[in-house]
Amino acid sequence: MSELRGLYTLWLREIKRFMRDRTRLVSMFIQPLLWLVIFGAGFGLHFALPNLSYQQVIFPGIVGQTLLFTSMFMGISVLWDKEFGFMKEILVSPVSRLTIFLGKMIGDSTSSFLQGIMVFVIGIALQIPIDPVTVLYALPIMLLITFGLVSIGLTIASLIGTLESFGAIQTFINLPLFFLSGALFPLKGPGISLPSWLTTVATWNPLTYGVDALRSVVLGNAWGTSLQIQPLWIDIGIITLFDAIMIAIGTWAFTRMK
Amino acid sequence: MPHAIETHQLTKTYNSLKAVDTLNIAVESGEIFGLLGPNGAGKTTAISMLCTILKPTSGTATVNGFDIVREANKVRKSIGIVFQEPSVDDRLTGRENLYMHANLYGVPASEQKERINRILKLVELEDRADDLLRTYSGGMRRRLELGRGLIHYPKVLFLDEPTVGLDPQTRDHIWKYIKELKEAHDITVVLTTHYMDEADRLSDRIAIMDHGKIVVLDSPSKLKETLEGDVITVRANNIQTLSELVNKWLGLSQTHVVDDALEITVRNGKAVMPRIMELATQNNVYVESLLLRQPNLEDVFLHYTGKSIREDTGKELHGMAAIQRRAIK
Ligand SMILES: Nc1ncnc2c1ncn2[C@@H]1O[C@H](COP(=O)(O)OP(=O)(O)OP(=O)(O)O)[C@@H](O)[C@H]1O
Ligand SMILES: [Mg+2]
Repeated sequence: MSELRGLYTLWLREIKRFMRDRTRLVSMFIQPLLWLVIFGAGFGLHFALPNLSYQQVIFPGIVGQTLLFTSMFMGISVLWDKEFGFMKEILVSPVSRLTIFLGKMIGDSTSSFLQGIMVFVIGIALQIPIDPVTVLYALPIMLLITFGLVSIGLTIASLIGTLESFGAIQTFINLPLFFLSGALFPLKGPGISLPSWLTTVATWNPLTYGVDALRSVVLGNAWGTSLQIQPLWIDIGIITLFDAIMIAIGTWAFTRMK
Repeated sequence: MPHAIETHQLTKTYNSLKAVDTLNIAVESGEIFGLLGPNGAGKTTAISMLCTILKPTSGTATVNGFDIVREANKVRKSIGIVFQEPSVDDRLTGRENLYMHANLYGVPASEQKERINRILKLVELEDRADDLLRTYSGGMRRRLELGRGLIHYPKVLFLDEPTVGLDPQTRDHIWKYIKELKEAHDITVVLTTHYMDEADRLSDRIAIMDHGKIVVLDSPSKLKETLEGDVITVRANNIQTLSELVNKWLGLSQTHVVDDALEITVRNGKAVMPRIMELATQNNVYVESLLLRQPNLEDVFLHYTGKSIREDTGKELHGMAAIQRRAIK
């Protein structure tokens, strides 16, 4: 019971901090907008899939990208807390390290999730054909994706000491995960042949299944079996497994933290 | 009565430095235990180990009967701490910080509002309670932190330099509250401070620590008594010469230069004073003033550590600088 209350408290704190951060609220509009408008419109010329515009295809990819970048960035909250000394107040409290980790993780995931929803708002504003009902299906998948990704960010932040090295490591992880997830191009389908190394790396990239699941839901029948990497339920299974592993590692990392 | 805190050969080493060196202390349940010592003596390190933030290199300790390593969780449930360094969330309001603390420490929801209002009143932050902490002054943040440490009525309360940077009235209120708290709830308090008047007024017993070890441990009055004698403070135009003369006459260890004045600790001050005048006149030193008083805790500190607490002002600056640094961010 008291652990649950601790969890809720820590969650609420992350949400409050997020909502009060104006710059972050603004920047979360700009980035996906630029990708969808410039990249989505500009590169559409060279893209030929029946029934689907390029913008439509990368839209779920940009949702995934937003989730990835914002989730990983959340790790910085650990470093701020260490820097400002607030981490000590939490660590010396009677709530368990698991609760501390989960509170932060779910709080940061919620923030990241809200930013993912903003991408849908932008998509609809740009008149990308999106069935509002599919949004409802996409929401739980998005939340599921953020759990694992936020856990990576938190784990890295709790293991390393400084803001600078966190920034470096983050870029080092973000970009490959993004580019090799199929967010910007289909990984398989008629007439698509990618180098085998790329396919192999993508197979081991958790974001691949996140983007794939989002496409299955948002694009519906147009994203048929020939383009799908995995059926939806397998995608979800893989993401869940990934979450479980990352949460375990994250909790371990928090247990060691001083 | 069982001891609130017991340490057995408690040690923490950083590389080759023994920050805390085979510490053996027993803090009585319900007492206010003052831990004094110059900068770097190991006070914070010792407290950090007792609070389970830091693992000892060797040795053991119990807090409220729980082992600080094996039963860390139970220790944490029964203690409260006000850290030397800032540890608040400045993106939250004062009230939000307090609620968060109350929730983390399992204060019953029905009591939270009342307790938090009382605390806010105590630290005189009622009118600023709903402002973000980043708009507080350094001293206001410190007051909030102090109040926060008291919300959950811990059995053992660690206060690491709690009143640094506070104005005299607030310090006075805080002292009163600490005493009240101790009496009403039977709380044991471990207090570190560089303010000797604070240590003297509050502590039931005082341990003076230096280089990771306890140098002396006793009640403030006993400590002062053991200095045996009077303190003569001499101001003169040539302190250096006078100091050498008196040292030659009395032996080295009894004089210190503090704030441009010579302090001499002797058995029978009244008899010694005229002799000092004589010594000065014979050697062309002009004495501006001569003062006789009972030894205070500062003299005790000086006696056992060889350092004046005033030489320690760097510490205070450090504390204030830390607060200001936060204010800038
Ligand atoms: N993380 C650390 N790494 C290396 N040395 C450390 C570390 N923390 C403390 N020390 C050293 O341990 C010694 C004791 O430090 P501690 O902070 O316990 O002193 P203190 O008595 O609290 O001093 P102050 O009055 O300045 O607060 C110091 O020499 C300090 O330099
Ligand atoms: Mg200290």
